[in-house]
Amino acid sequence: MTTAAQTAAEAATPVRATSRRAWSPSQIVLTLLGAAVSMVFLSPLLWAVFTSLKAETEAVEVPPHWLPEDWTGQAWSAMFETGNITNWFVNSLVVSVCVTAVVLLVAALAGYGFARTQFRGKGFLMGMVMAGLMVSPAVLGVPLFTTVQQMGMVDTYWGMILPQCAPAAMVYILYKFFQGIPRELEEAAFIDGAGRWRVFFTIVVPLSRPSLAAVGIFTFIASWNNFLWPYMVTNNPDLMTMPNGIATVMNSYGIQWAQLMAGGLMAGLPLIIVFVFFQRQIVAGVAHTGLAGQ
Amino acid sequence: MTTTGAETVIRPARARTAALSATVRSRQGFQHGGWFVAPFLALFTLFVIWPLLRGVYLSFTDANISGDGTSFVGLDNYREAVGDPLVWDALGHSGYFTLLVVPCITVLAFLLAMLAHHIERAKWLWRLCFFAPFLLPSTVAANLWQWLFNPGTGMVNHVFGVETPWLTDKSYAMLAVVICTLWWTVGFSFLLYLAALQGIPAHLYEAAKLDGANAWHRMVHITLPMLRNITGLVIALQILASLQVFDQAVVMMDFGTGPEESTRTFVQYTLEQGFTSYRVGYASAISIIFFVLIAAVALARMWLLRNREEGVR
Repeated sequence: MTTAAQTAAEAATPVRATSRRAWSPSQIVLTLLGAAVSMVFLSPLLWAVFTSLKAETEAVEVPPHWLPEDWTGQAWSAMFETGNITNWFVNSLVVSVCVTAVVLLVAALAGYGFARTQFRGKGFLMGMVMAGLMVSPAVLGVPLFTTVQQMGMVDTYWGMILPQCAPAAMVYILYKFFQGIPRELEEAAFIDGAGRWRVFFTIVVPLSRPSLAAVGIFTFIASWNNFLWPYMVTNNPDLMTMPNGIATVMNSYGIQWAQLMAGGLMAGLPLIIVFVFFQRQIVAGVAHTGLAGQ
Repeated sequence: MTTTGAETVIRPARARTAALSATVRSRQGFQHGGWFVAPFLALFTLFVIWPLLRGVYLSFTDANISGDGTSFVGLDNYREAVGDPLVWDALGHSGYFTLLVVPCITVLAFLLAMLAHHIERAKWLWRLCFFAPFLLPSTVAANLWQWLFNPGTGMVNHVFGVETPWLTDKSYAMLAVVICTLWWTVGFSFLLYLAALQGIPAHLYEAAKLDGANAWHRMVHITLPMLRNITGLVIALQILASLQVFDQAVVMMDFGTGPEESTRTFVQYTLEQGFTSYRVGYASAISIIFFVLIAAVALARMWLLRNREEGVR
């Protein structure tokens, strides 16, 4: 009984309980190991930060050294002055926000439709969605490109956004989630005379906020970081997204490493900073969408 | 008293009519859901099903990138693909990459998750450190490692005091891509393992402790069996993703094919055929072959899962 009460008390105030507990030898070893492994994981990122704060000539000195001898923001300012980087940043933002919004709306509706409603050909369509799980721009890039080309959407925002908006995986995840919601709530609302759309938007959507957040977060990360599709569909430097522009334009005329690292950090840091603040939600989101594949 | 008496008489009848209209109404509510699915299906048809069908059609033609003068060539493209050594090479490179990445990432993700799970302090910090690389775009991770592996100015050789020609020697190039991929993507599988570890009920461990099981026994007899499903999932997702490798390899090799073409992946070869040689028909044929391969892996996993479930029953 006492142990149960203790664990309950610890669970109620986890932070205090852990910080007051004494360091056991095994915890010391594990924490040191964790710190060492973390350093290994972070060192490439630190190296990128330090490189971006060196002058171009210092960056390519042999042998290399970690800290800049002359700390300078030259690479950063040069990147903003000469390149299209702000353009790419805005493009990335526009594409990712649009893709996330459309995917959330469309996948939630479809997941609900498949989970709850009856219509002709449902089994067949569900089978098609399952088959669609195996199709990606990496697998069918060339036919997808010629399709988009036929629609006249090469080198347009539409061409970048729309093909990313039909992820069968997200429909499948939400489909499984909606199946788990008890039907009674919706039935009660129907009895009270609410229409189908009203039930969906006022009952189902608020109930599934965590799942929708998970899908939204995952979609945003995937879209922000997507390289292959924007790479195939745009050649216009003004339309490129961050990963695309950095990889193709900044790599093309003699790599300037300090600038390249600054650009990479600018593409990567927004998500990492967001992650620091919304860690719990993002971890839940990634784990949830991943685990739904089971 | 009289009112309750009246109510008990009336209530069943009222309840019956209410129940009737309830089932009718809710049945109507759940009918004709086609409109819910329609927007998704429109996008899905345009950008998944149609390209798939179009790919099948194009694979039987000699279409070029502009689509003019297309004529039907039967199975010629497939025949050519089977005899094309570059197809086999590319498949070999993607397969080799998969063979290296999948076991490494699975073991590494498990170990990192065990570590992060068992350290009691600052849990958020370990999660942040191990997961952060996954948030970078693939091209940024690739550029970063290209820079780290750079001969002379690169930190990797400097730290280990060696002069390995990572990016310019056939025997190291794919290894360099693998190392970059491990660092970049292990965070995802790590999170899956971490979530699974947190889902193992604590009472199992407490019971085992009472029975005198030590830490090693608890891991072998509780943790590992409880993680079997998630391991299957991690391996399956990693195989499917690894076979489709493209971004890291091309960026690390400056959009080339690596030393002696040793990092030309399958995806890269299809894109070369389609966009560099303008042979859309041929590119479609090898894409379809690739699609069948990916589908076979996915179906094999579903088949394994079903067999296991039946075995449990």
